[in-house]
Amino acid sequence: MSATTEAAPARPFLARYRTEASPVQIVAALLVAAFLLAFLIVPVGRVFMVAFQAGDGAFTLVHFADFFRTSLFIESFWNSLYVASMSVVFASLIAVPLAVMLARYRFPGTALITTLGVLPLVMPPFVGAVAMQLVFGRNGTVNLLLMDWFGFRLDLMDGLNGVIFVQSLHYFPFILMNLTASLSNVDISMEEAGQNLGAKNFTLLRRIVLPLALPGYLAGASLVFVKVFDDLATPLMLNVTNMLAPQAYLRVTSVGLADPMGYVISVILVVVSVAAMGLAALLLRGRDYATQQRGGGGLGRRELSRRGLILCWCFVVPVLFLVLAPHIGILLLSFGTIWSFSPLPDGLTLEHYGTVLRETPQFITNTLLYCGLAGLIDVVIGVTIAWLVLRTKLPGRKLLDLAAMSALAVPGLVLGIGILRTYFDVKLWDGASLATSWIMLTIVLAVRRLPYALRASTAALQQVHRSLEEAAENMGAGKVTTLRRIVVPLMAGGLAAAFVTSFATAAVELSATLVLATRDVDAPLSFGIYLFMQSASGRGPGAALGVIAVLVVAICTFAAHRFAERERGRRTRSSDPRAA
Amino acid sequence: MSEAGVDVQSVSFGYGATRVLEDVSLTVRKGEFFAFLGPSGSGKTTLLRLIAGFGQPERGRIMIGGRDATRLAPWDRNVGLVFQSYALWPHMTVGENVAFGLEQRRVGRAERDRRVRAALDLVGLAQFIDRRPAQLSGGQQQRVAIARTLAIEPDVLLLDEPLSNLDAGLRAGVRAELVELQRRLGLTTILVTHDQEEANAAADRMAVLHEGRVLQVGAPTELYDHPVNRFVAGFLGTANMLEGALDAEGFHTGGLLLPMPSGIAETGPPGRATLALRPQAITLLREGGALQARVLRAEFLGGHVRYTLEAGEGLRLVAEEPHLRGLAPLSAGSAIGLALDPAQATLLRQ
Repeated sequence: MSATTEAAPARPFLARYRTEASPVQIVAALLVAAFLLAFLIVPVGRVFMVAFQAGDGAFTLVHFADFFRTSLFIESFWNSLYVASMSVVFASLIAVPLAVMLARYRFPGTALITTLGVLPLVMPPFVGAVAMQLVFGRNGTVNLLLMDWFGFRLDLMDGLNGVIFVQSLHYFPFILMNLTASLSNVDISMEEAGQNLGAKNFTLLRRIVLPLALPGYLAGASLVFVKVFDDLATPLMLNVTNMLAPQAYLRVTSVGLADPMGYVISVILVVVSVAAMGLAALLLRGRDYATQQRGGGGLGRRELSRRGLILCWCFVVPVLFLVLAPHIGILLLSFGTIWSFSPLPDGLTLEHYGTVLRETPQFITNTLLYCGLAGLIDVVIGVTIAWLVLRTKLPGRKLLDLAAMSALAVPGLVLGIGILRTYFDVKLWDGASLATSWIMLTIVLAVRRLPYALRASTAALQQVHRSLEEAAENMGAGKVTTLRRIVVPLMAGGLAAAFVTSFATAAVELSATLVLATRDVDAPLSFGIYLFMQSASGRGPGAALGVIAVLVVAICTFAAHRFAERERGRRTRSSDPRAA
Repeated sequence: MSEAGVDVQSVSFGYGATRVLEDVSLTVRKGEFFAFLGPSGSGKTTLLRLIAGFGQPERGRIMIGGRDATRLAPWDRNVGLVFQSYALWPHMTVGENVAFGLEQRRVGRAERDRRVRAALDLVGLAQFIDRRPAQLSGGQQQRVAIARTLAIEPDVLLLDEPLSNLDAGLRAGVRAELVELQRRLGLTTILVTHDQEEANAAADRMAVLHEGRVLQVGAPTELYDHPVNRFVAGFLGTANMLEGALDAEGFHTGGLLLPMPSGIAETGPPGRATLALRPQAITLLREGGALQARVLRAEFLGGHVRYTLEAGEGLRLVAEEPHLRGLAPLSAGSAIGLALDPAQATLLRQ
């Protein structure tokens, strides 16, 4: 520092930049920027341009006018809004009571609720959708039994209802997790103060607890809204096409890349998603209470009365059944011989697994390859951005972070369409299009999951306090040795968790994959499931693939959890001198 | 104004196998400023929370205003607790925080507004009524917490370490304000603290708690002058603890014989005992003195100098001498005479 300060008067410009950026930093930043530009910003930008461009290249709103003149699109727009909103409502009905039980009461089934919160996440919703048809559909197990016993049926899976049902069951854990964390952060003395001043039970919940937990709820609810609004695979799987994402997909795949409607819908998807997130952020402004509370009384869980206990069980057990239904359904389907118009499959077989492993093993190997590579790319780019943001003063480093995070607001379908539009005419050595090659699919998966890896890397690097590096440098270690001996070992757990999370979520990505994967041989697992599920005879093998996908995700989720736990354990141990 | 005293009768409490309170009994009189004093883990906050209704004693009773409150829910007690963390609700304004207890008591709107104002006036924060707690300083937040509690006109005011979250420079002033407020309202008040100076300065009477038991109850000077055991003597200020034997001649320790006041030896049988002697009860004599000592260490503390001395056969003593201009502290190794005032010594038999 002091050396460059002395040089400053002589060469002010150069000196300034020498203190702020080394060549390594600049090269790293440029490489990351080029990657994001090429595979995120330009493709999405292309989508926007096409949506606003007339045939001669001039700016126009005529496509949007067309959109709002077409009754099918208007209907799709309202349907998407309706489905997303109702999914939030139903997800909340499940998640809010569970979160209150989990965070506020000594409920013997706590472990069960925690499991409930993870089970849906390991099952990709499009896999669950098929199983839900078999359990709750018009001729599914539940309705056949209802017809036999009581002579009526429930149309849970018909049309939009089916999408709402499947999505609420899949996404309620987002609300559950955010709300539970938020509730746990409410200092117990906040509630005790309410009791001390005369408030009890429901008043306490309504006036003190829920308002304080509102930020967590809003964060979860807005996420659910956006995910459902943008989702392509679940409606397609349920044969619901009068929603926005399926309409865009159908336009691009059937009418063609030149048709502007796919792009217009993409723009609307992005705008509504960003608006929903922005609205949530606006509502949350000034309500980040967690930082305003002193002390922190930890979790203050109350005893349940006998009546309360019974009520809780009466809620948890049906929810458990609902949550497990797709898992059981897909398992039965994968082992079942024929399952049609009967409550259960006619017989059991291993044949579907045999079919999958014998005839289409590439789905599994492709997924391992693509998602493994995508996870690696994510960790490398994530760490690089985290390092640039936290440890350098490079101008524009925050912009890189923002650009990478913005992938969250881009639906997979939109990114897929953009990539297709941008790179379709770029030919590979064998004459195939770059846009539909497995390389591009891997890159797109990496871009889509980069935000997770980036946040995990940032958290991991944040926990390596600068003084730990300085201590090593003070002992005589150079930059490289410090990195190798101090920083990397301390970040390892966090990075492993980041890799596994990216890998597992990429393995069940279907929105962008549907747009980009064209050839069976190049397709990953999720696309394979989709293909199989298109025909009645393929449902068995499709379910077998689905079970494999669920297992992959479940194992990875467990592993990521373990990595994170181990890290936390190590950190708390090392910060506690008594246990040293 | 206050109608209620608090009577704690043989209360025991624990979390599973961990004992927190063991057979605790004490009486807080009507209108009194009482302090629970003890180190962390002594059970003082737990006792305060039991009085507020947060937890049920395993044995014993808690009477508030002559009424058995042991089984009453926190919201049925009309006992005001000011939390250590203040526990102001961040989603409500200052005014809404203060009004909350009145709303729960179904106080009408006009009366409620009047009492919210009055409570905020009392702590001098009426102009902040529409602010959020986060926009106030720590000291102001604490006063809002007190106003919120006073607004419900509680029978008893409970203060859980009220000064611990304040900067050191603010504490003495806030403490004085608290005492002044309590005197003005005549409200039965219990203060929990680990700081003996805080308890001494604020309380009419106090109880010293240690490991879940009440060791001694009394006025601050009474406890300081006549501690019942080593712990109380050591916790309230500094004391030399001299181990030795007592007989008719006096107190034998470290090869020395210290004379005792005539009354003391008769209070119990001769035998081993501990003598507690405050540092200021040892007078340093530049010349003469019945006892001779050597200075081991001198610490200049501003108002006084603290000497560590050695007398007799390895007997360590701490003595304090007021410092005045021109009086140079004695250097280590100097010889010095001591005069001990037997009337200031406390004999502790365990």
